[in-house]
Amino acid sequence: MSVLQQSHRISQDLTKRTDQPASLDFDDIQHFLMSRPPARAARYEFLSFRSGVGGRAWLTGLIDKVGTAGAVGSSLLDARWVTVGFTWNGLQTLGVAEASLANFPEEFRQGMAARAGVLGTTGANHPDHWVGGLASPNLHAIVVLFARDVAERERCRGEHERYVAHCGGVEVLSSLDLEAIPPFDYAHEHFGYRDRLSQPVIEGTGMEPTPGSGPPIKPGEFFLGYPDEEGPAAALPQPEILSRNGSYVAYLRMQEHVGAFRDFLRAHGETPEQQELIAAKLMGRWRSGAPLVLAPDKDDPKLGADSQRSNDFNYAKMDPHGYGCPLGAHIRRMNPRDTAANMNRRKMIRRGGTYGPPLPEGVPDDGIERGIAAFVGCASLVRQFEFAMNVWTNDPNFHELGNERDPIFGTQDGTFDMTIPKRPIRKKIIGLPAFTTIRGGAYFFLPGIKALRYLGSLSDGV
Amino acid sequence: MATAATATPSTPKERDWTKPSAMAIPKEGFFTPKQGRYGPIYPQTPACHGFTIIAKIKPGREDAIRAYGKTIEKAIADLPDALATLKLHYLRWVLFDIGKDTYFMYQGIFDTDFDKYTEDAVALFTKYGVNTVFENLDGFPEDWKTNVPAFVKFVREHQCPSFLEYGEYPYVSADEIKKALKLKAAFADMLDLMQ
Repeated sequence: MSVLQQSHRISQDLTKRTDQPASLDFDDIQHFLMSRPPARAARYEFLSFRSGVGGRAWLTGLIDKVGTAGAVGSSLLDARWVTVGFTWNGLQTLGVAEASLANFPEEFRQGMAARAGVLGTTGANHPDHWVGGLASPNLHAIVVLFARDVAERERCRGEHERYVAHCGGVEVLSSLDLEAIPPFDYAHEHFGYRDRLSQPVIEGTGMEPTPGSGPPIKPGEFFLGYPDEEGPAAALPQPEILSRNGSYVAYLRMQEHVGAFRDFLRAHGETPEQQELIAAKLMGRWRSGAPLVLAPDKDDPKLGADSQRSNDFNYAKMDPHGYGCPLGAHIRRMNPRDTAANMNRRKMIRRGGTYGPPLPEGVPDDGIERGIAAFVGCASLVRQFEFAMNVWTNDPNFHELGNERDPIFGTQDGTFDMTIPKRPIRKKIIGLPAFTTIRGGAYFFLPGIKALRYLGSLSDGV
Repeated sequence: MATAATATPSTPKERDWTKPSAMAIPKEGFFTPKQGRYGPIYPQTPACHGFTIIAKIKPGREDAIRAYGKTIEKAIADLPDALATLKLHYLRWVLFDIGKDTYFMYQGIFDTDFDKYTEDAVALFTKYGVNTVFENLDGFPEDWKTNVPAFVKFVREHQCPSFLEYGEYPYVSADEIKKALKLKAAFADMLDLMQ
């Protein structure tokens, strides 16, 4: 599933710019948000530095393994891709000067756990219940490994384990192993929805947006130091060497309650066809990926698999009342396309994958945790990620719905509803259960390569 | 401090539009602090959301501000849904004197809490040049277009929360009012066709 479905559609270009396209520094930007390597396995390790010197030693030895945007795809032999990010507490522990720390944005300084009220991660989703030490101020860094396959992941896991033991100044708070779930011929999550259907295309990368996705987005929406959709590059946290070519990412570990989801479909659909329709109404797309706006009555798997057609639709003209795609469906919230203002300033890049074993069809829930562990990358957490959580995901009155939240991703506790517009009379599901639970999250800054070297060169008490 | 019973009803079912309602609001503008993206958020009242910003204008700028009323009038005449994003019911702009100084009051009544659509509002203000009004105010941040937190800070510092708000039809959104009037018109048409 698209944790935060995004496309590159332009709805209202509020400020025309005349700036030349920015030339991206591919050799300095970490690969993470720039390209998606062909990985089937991953491992995230959440780290705490016992001291600044320990953290810097660990970082310095790792920098040459961090993948740059320029290096990805340059060799067919690529088998693993490493990304490194830091929390604000991590930057502090590494020795970043107080004056510099102070000019990072407020929400990043506070960290994701402290922003629970803004994000709407309350009840079972509250940081009090998070696992893996993610809500702890001792969380300093993340190292993300994408690997071609499980064998390569395991090789790298062992290598990093030995390296951490050798460094001594670093403690692994927790880790998470991820693997794609079968069938492997298309990306999908545990509920069975096709994933990675829409992603913003960054101007200057040479990528072509798919039809219906609008023009490429200015790089400053994702990387610090570049022109953004509003105009020339915004002010950078200082020193510039630390912030330029960096990005913020919001990490979310979201458990998927597959048993509860399937029970719900059975309770609301007598036939398999009706159950598929209910699943589609929650998402806004059939599980095949075919959008309801283009295929309102019957699944069209060929459409779902065709990236040239699967994003070529809008809402305001093609489905204003939501008879195809309900107003509160997941994709209509996460990317309202032409029914929201200022869309180009809300784009985000998603990365991540599934963890936990798939639950076979017809089998009761085994209680094993499974879900999606994903990253949302952007240049402003408050404007992009927090807006999406606060308004699109968890505002009960989004689109004037009154008492609804994102049916799949929102904080649900049985007190919110889901309206499915239908002629002559709409269908209303009262008291939607929670299909997902946020088990952890954090805000990280992903510095450029020069910035990583700068961090490695710091000393205590600067 | 007002009791919890007078705070915003939490579910739509409790918001009965048939029953006029008044709400007395504590001095700070909210009952219990609730964190929004840019700071504490103000409650919805029987008169919806809204703010009242009062700020001193720079000397000699009164005519420029008054002239801008015409600009907005024309913008809306040309493009009636220009401000749709703001989910407004009403705007009231007032200029008044205290002693030798002139003050500008921007009062807006709308259906969303301001915190949610702050960046959209800033983008709209840029698009329609509302900056020409704000930039005539004392202390307005010069880099407001790219510095949303500074813009929000100015608004918050000059926001004067109401201590009483009343709604004859409480909590009803502009959208619901427009839908009701459309429905009425549609029924009238239907009845005409049945003659």
